[in-house]
Amino acid sequence: MDDNGASDESGKKADIERSKSEGKELSKEEKQRLRKEKKQQKKNKDKKDEAAKPDGGAGAPSPSHKSPSSAPGADAPVAPVEPAKGKAEPTAEKRPRRDSDRSSKKRDGGQQQAAASVAKPKVPPGELQPVVKRLPEHVQVDDPVVVKKWAKKLERQQIPLRSDYGYKVSLFSHLHQYSRKAPLTQQVSIPSSVIHPAIVRLGLRYSEGIVTGSNARAVALLHTFKQVIRDYTTPPTEDLARDLINKLKPYISFLNQCRPLSASMGNSIKYLKKEIANIPSHCKEDEAKSKLLGCIDSYVKEKIILAAKAIAEIAIEKISDGDVILIYGCSSLVDRILCEASRAGRKFRVIVADSRPRLEGREALRRLVRRGVGCTYVLVSVISYVLPEVSKVLLGAHALLANGYMMSRVGTSQIALVAKAFNVLVLVCCETYKFCERVQTDSFVSNELDDPDNLIVTRKGRTQLARWQDVRSLGLLNLVYDVTPPDFVDVVITELGMIPCTSVPVVLRVKSVNL
Amino acid sequence: MELQAVLMAAGGGSRMTDLTYNTPKAMLSVGNRPLIWYPLNLLERVGFDEVIVITTKGVQKMMSADLKLKKDVKMKLDFVCIPEDTDMDTADALRHIHPKIKTDILVLSCDLITDVSLHDVVDMFRAHDATLAMLMSKAHEFTETVPGQKGKKKTAEQRDFVGLDQSGKRILFMANEVDLENGLSIRKSILTKHPRIFIKTGLVDAHLYCMKKEVVEFLMDNKSISSVRGDLVPYLMRKQFSKTRTCPKLNDDADEQSQKRSDSSTNNELLISSPDDPLLQLAQELSCWNDHHGDMSEAYHGGKLRCYVHIMDQGLCFRVNTLAAYMEVNRLVPKLLFEEPAVHPSAVISERCQMGSDSMIGAQCQIADKTSIKRSTIGSSTTIKEKVRVTNSIIMQGVTIEEGCNVQGSVICSNVVIGRGSYLKYCLVGSGQRIEPAADKTNEVIVGTDQMMEI
Repeated sequence: MDDNGASDESGKKADIERSKSEGKELSKEEKQRLRKEKKQQKKNKDKKDEAAKPDGGAGAPSPSHKSPSSAPGADAPVAPVEPAKGKAEPTAEKRPRRDSDRSSKKRDGGQQQAAASVAKPKVPPGELQPVVKRLPEHVQVDDPVVVKKWAKKLERQQIPLRSDYGYKVSLFSHLHQYSRKAPLTQQVSIPSSVIHPAIVRLGLRYSEGIVTGSNARAVALLHTFKQVIRDYTTPPTEDLARDLINKLKPYISFLNQCRPLSASMGNSIKYLKKEIANIPSHCKEDEAKSKLLGCIDSYVKEKIILAAKAIAEIAIEKISDGDVILIYGCSSLVDRILCEASRAGRKFRVIVADSRPRLEGREALRRLVRRGVGCTYVLVSVISYVLPEVSKVLLGAHALLANGYMMSRVGTSQIALVAKAFNVLVLVCCETYKFCERVQTDSFVSNELDDPDNLIVTRKGRTQLARWQDVRSLGLLNLVYDVTPPDFVDVVITELGMIPCTSVPVVLRVKSVNL
Repeated sequence: MELQAVLMAAGGGSRMTDLTYNTPKAMLSVGNRPLIWYPLNLLERVGFDEVIVITTKGVQKMMSADLKLKKDVKMKLDFVCIPEDTDMDTADALRHIHPKIKTDILVLSCDLITDVSLHDVVDMFRAHDATLAMLMSKAHEFTETVPGQKGKKKTAEQRDFVGLDQSGKRILFMANEVDLENGLSIRKSILTKHPRIFIKTGLVDAHLYCMKKEVVEFLMDNKSISSVRGDLVPYLMRKQFSKTRTCPKLNDDADEQSQKRSDSSTNNELLISSPDDPLLQLAQELSCWNDHHGDMSEAYHGGKLRCYVHIMDQGLCFRVNTLAAYMEVNRLVPKLLFEEPAVHPSAVISERCQMGSDSMIGAQCQIADKTSIKRSTIGSSTTIKEKVRVTNSIIMQGVTIEEGCNVQGSVICSNVVIGRGSYLKYCLVGSGQRIEPAADKTNEVIVGTDQMMEI
């Protein structure tokens, strides 16, 4: 943390490096100079933001505090810094205490760290302020620098690193490819102490595929976080909000390695972090915990359960008697819509298109047949033969991107394309919590590679691909997602109503304003 | 805390009384270490910090006296002593330590020597939220001649019939041939849910069980169950298919509560739901995963009680409960302990001794010239004089072998003195015995007369 803060000041970097390498003790003058510079920057910022909130003993005369001797006055230069946003104010009281602890431990490093950590909450990018470095959103496994950074981050969080498996097709070599035979739990001790056992279980369920589907994954994640929050106790010197978020970060890295996070999971985590950060610091621990648990429950209820209900109601309007509906794979939302429609008495039949290697359509088929809906089961290769008799195509989405593109199971864009060619109505159902701010126009940049060994199948006692790794020129590609352009989608059904695909950014904007 | 380890070390070794009449089974030396070190080492390697050891006072005393053991085992051992005269079996012992048990448990037997990667078993337990996860291994034929045994060992009675489902992971039933007089009957409820069953007979149960905490609660209510392997495990397997009231397809909370109340009390223990179950239930419903295909039921057939098994096909897995197993294990153990040198540094071996690379020599041994030691394990503080040939044998500590002896395929227990010029082939010499010089014994069991009376 202190490295980040210090290194971003270009002028100081060389000095600090030098002095650190020399003797780990900056001279008094240098420290003073450093602090002066930081004060100046903050003053400029404060003037701009007009956030004059004098703390006790703080206020304008910050330069005057610098003249007394540097070392023992570790608290003084830090305390008068005024937080620009009110949120940081309650933590300012904790800051002097924490910083005095730090300064008593190691003086030179402490001041840098103190100054840098103060600088962090005031983030405006592009100023003289140190910019917080974030890891790029896109995975870049073929870039060794990024991989090293990533490995270091994991090591700091004490999370084991999962190694990639097998030869990756060159277009997708920037993505991770893991093997199911090498789960991450091999490197976790058996009564797992560093990682909460519920998180280990969840990660295992993700990587084994027991919890699949973006809704299921989000709900399971929130359930596990509820358990984590219940078992959490605040250490005496820390603030619940900050410490809890720091506790959750390694867990999220762990889950990310077991299986890359879905958009629904990402949005749920963002919501949870926001809720945690919004807890007032005077709140007692039990109160805070029960508040958080309540928030999670209400999130699931509103965004997932009630949204599904609303979507089903809206979608049922679109289903008329005598319809032939084509669905693809297994989407919990589509399944719900069709079950509700069947219960409401609509007479329709369904064609389930399925694809290897997951063959999720079998599960959708089972659920529909159990309801008494007449079904036909085909593989995706024959959809152009069945489309002439199809009246509507109903698809589920994994995420809706900010430029109107839809991310879903691989094969969906194929179906949407062929349906468009046949002029068949394509309806996509998606809850608003799956709308994400990413922009993507192709399926290459950000995708997920599943275990290539899943493509190996044994027919009539022969397994043709058993030795695929020995053939140098052969690569197995098992993609999970693909991206459908908005031209192929006629309408998106959300709990806000039926919107065109291009209205997704509007919804996102409205959501962020509301937050 | 996720798992607590419980090591059952109170067993008597009833199938190898010749070895165990002086030393308790847990302290029998295998590869110059007490038997109990192996499961403890397995637990330590995997990451456990503390183990509850259920044992007798005698074993506890011996373990505290063994300094090497103390040094090697860095985990905290919580000894629970069972008085020797009570007839307490493994499940009774679990009931005894019930107050200490706070989470799911991993129960091991002290006579298990294996190099399995435990996460294979535990991952199944975690991923499928199983009630029981166990370890089994392909049985090895013991080819070496066992001292004192006349004729081939009758293996037929010992066979276990294990029924697995199509994936080979779920265990459907387990029955011993002894209990099946008329034949193996499979209930219809099992067959309707699992039309394809693999029945295996060549498997040996490693007695390593990962169990939910609710099982121990259940044991508290059912005092008739006394043995884990004999009663509890088959009971749990049967209960997988017992008639629970059919789970409604769309669960709301009210339905679930009433259903739970109407269940029998035993099922109630096993199906204890955490307060958050509605969310977990919802996640499972929304997930498009099923463990079987082809019929109309949801994942796991809606059953809440599941028993899983991991079958090892490679690697070592032995239960040292018979003499044959003991001898076999002693031969294979040098491969297991690679971090320790086969020859202890404090042993004094003269240069003219021919020692094979697969032999193990314990501490403070003295081996004289012109000896030949092949495929054997020599315990600590043993003295071997000149011109002795030891082949394929297990020699425990404190033994003295005079000159000119020839020991082949035998087990020599501790503190034995073998007179000069003896020829022992496939013999078992009990501890503290003296073999007269120029003895010639083949396939004999030599134990003290007082031990013979014990039967």
